[in-house]
Amino acid sequence: MSTRITLSQAFQQGVREEMERDDAIFVLGTDMVERGGHFAQLRGIGSEFPGRVRDAPISEAAMVAAGVGAALNGLRPIVDLNFIDFALGAMDEIVNQAAKARFMWGRGVPMVIRGTAGIAFYAAQHNNSLEAGFAHTPGLLVVMPSTPADTKGLIKSALRCDDPVVFLMHKSLTGLRGEVPEGEHVVPLGEAAIRRAGDDVTVVAYGALVARAERVAERLATEGVAVEVIDLRTLFPLDLATIEASVRRTGRLVVASEAPRHGGIGGEIAAAIQESSFFYLDAPIQRVGALHTPISHSPPLIAAAIPSEEQLERAIRATLTPQEAVA
Amino acid sequence: MIDVSEAREPLPVSLDGLDGQDLVEWLATMQLIRDFEEALDPLCLSGRIPGGVHVAVGQEAVAVGAMRALEPGDVVTSSHRPHHHGLARGVEPNAMMAELFGRADGTGGGRCGTMHIAAMDRHYYGGNGIVGAGLGLALGAALAAQVRGSGQVALGFFGDGAVNIGRVWEAINMAAAWKLPLIAFCENNLYAVETPTASVTGGDSIVRRAEGFGLPAVQVDGQDAGAVHRVVREARERALAGEGPTFVEALTYRYQGHNTGQVTSYRTDAEVEEWKQLRDPLVRLRVALTASGLLDDDAYDALCARSRETVAAATAFADASPWPDLATADAGVTEIDPKLRGNP
Ligand SMILES: Cc1ncc(C[n+]2csc(CCOP(=O)(O)OP(=O)(O)O)c2C)c(N)n1
Ligand SMILES: [Mg+2]
Repeated sequence: MSTRITLSQAFQQGVREEMERDDAIFVLGTDMVERGGHFAQLRGIGSEFPGRVRDAPISEAAMVAAGVGAALNGLRPIVDLNFIDFALGAMDEIVNQAAKARFMWGRGVPMVIRGTAGIAFYAAQHNNSLEAGFAHTPGLLVVMPSTPADTKGLIKSALRCDDPVVFLMHKSLTGLRGEVPEGEHVVPLGEAAIRRAGDDVTVVAYGALVARAERVAERLATEGVAVEVIDLRTLFPLDLATIEASVRRTGRLVVASEAPRHGGIGGEIAAAIQESSFFYLDAPIQRVGALHTPISHSPPLIAAAIPSEEQLERAIRATLTPQEAVA
Repeated sequence: MIDVSEAREPLPVSLDGLDGQDLVEWLATMQLIRDFEEALDPLCLSGRIPGGVHVAVGQEAVAVGAMRALEPGDVVTSSHRPHHHGLARGVEPNAMMAELFGRADGTGGGRCGTMHIAAMDRHYYGGNGIVGAGLGLALGAALAAQVRGSGQVALGFFGDGAVNIGRVWEAINMAAAWKLPLIAFCENNLYAVETPTASVTGGDSIVRRAEGFGLPAVQVDGQDAGAVHRVVREARERALAGEGPTFVEALTYRYQGHNTGQVTSYRTDAEVEEWKQLRDPLVRLRVALTASGLLDDDAYDALCARSRETVAAATAFADASPWPDLATADAGVTEIDPKLRGNP
């Protein structure tokens, strides 16, 4: 059985089922109990689980610190930061506390830090792409689903995980609808999904770029180019095995992300694939990413900064005709 | 807070010692802020302004009273609810509206949007998307003013929600310890998004909390522009005398939702009506000006008409303004002096 629901509702379903299963799960964040957070991401959970959802003051450092301490002392908190940008005010608590406890003391920190991420409105300070930084921090897992079903399946895994998971939900996917299996539907951490099979070029993406890559693949299919689209789903640990197997078949790789291209997840994947699969490659790996800039308010400036379908298409074509440089 | 249980009509305001013509200008600016902000929701809902905005309808006296107590060289920082501060500081309505529309003629050429409208040439370091962060910038400006002996003060606005974020108190402590010319200005409108701030705040008084940091803390009726002006003026004088920072808590109220189109079911209609009927800052100032013969009905109508025209002109200006040049999307992120840069 499955139902067609939004990504937010899938998140709620996953959280609800896990809270029913495990009394230790506890939610804290601002505007959570009545509103379910600023994106209504937890709507209903507050009234369904009295005493287990708490409205916090606007104190992100204390929220995350409380999450870490509570996790060490028997709870499994979801610290919901609304926008992931607000994690910046809790960076020590995330990087130096949550991410270090297991390494230093042998005690995991079973905590989910949820944040809405990705690029949309509200300009520079509400559109940071922090995922590569989190993925660069030993001790954290980083998840960013692109479908409702994966959102449910991954939040269930995240809530069962004994280490801190940064759980990123894309702003523009909040209302995305899709079939979501009812009941026990668990998506493993660290496992990518092949969204579309193809033998000519591999495109690796995550978040909002997955759907864009699928649309480009659809278009190129009419020209006889078979693009394989891989959705990372988990950004740390990376599922390099799935990417490797695909690239060894296609011989061509495009890595795409909405984050600034410089220093991003895509560069890491490109480096890892050339190490493991250099002799299988028929063309240089192409990285598609955002310009090296904060995000603007004006829609055309936003669009100019982040990868478009046309850019993705050009990168894919560049792997087919390697002599053609991509701008 | 003033007891209004017996009051049936707008409360008086305290305008002692203030210049009559100045006060008419204050009312005109408050009217402009209100008209400007009341125009925004429909513009957002129709998509002409991308995204939503946080409006401060009801909080006009805070901005005007405080800003008129400062000098042009003083530094001001704002919050995520910034239009009233910006307009009171003298940001051009045309440029502000064009910024909201995301157009090239906006204060930030369209890149900033509502929360980051600034006027650096007026020492107005803009709104801020991060709760409490503006105060930190004001702290630093106050430090520079002290070190340079520039004779400036810095005022940082933040909301009641921000009194629970550590960065606010770190800034206040540093200012108190170093006797910096800072005015930490809390606009207490009782709510942070949909959460009554009292429900998530220890203790029952923000000013008493502030006093614990070793600086004078005053609570003021934020719907009385004259009262706000007086406390900020006094704080400014103290700061310039080398006596250090002051904490101001202005009791105020936002009439609309937190962000465009949002519900306000977390508070009662009676509460909203009481604020509007008894404390509205524009009505109170107008009543006082009329009573003292400074503003007759014709002059008031003319003032309102000018305000509406200004907003209409700003909207037309924004509509006509071109979209930003796409080639600028990643311009001006850093500017490394070529002399400092090897192998460009
Ligand atoms: C560090 C940080 N946390 C959370 C938010 C989201 N947020 C924006 S405004 C706001 C409420 C602020 O309330 P208050 O300080 O009382 O200001 P008001 O909105 O009432 O003017 C919140 C939680 C933010 N912008 N920054
Ligand atoms: Mg408030």
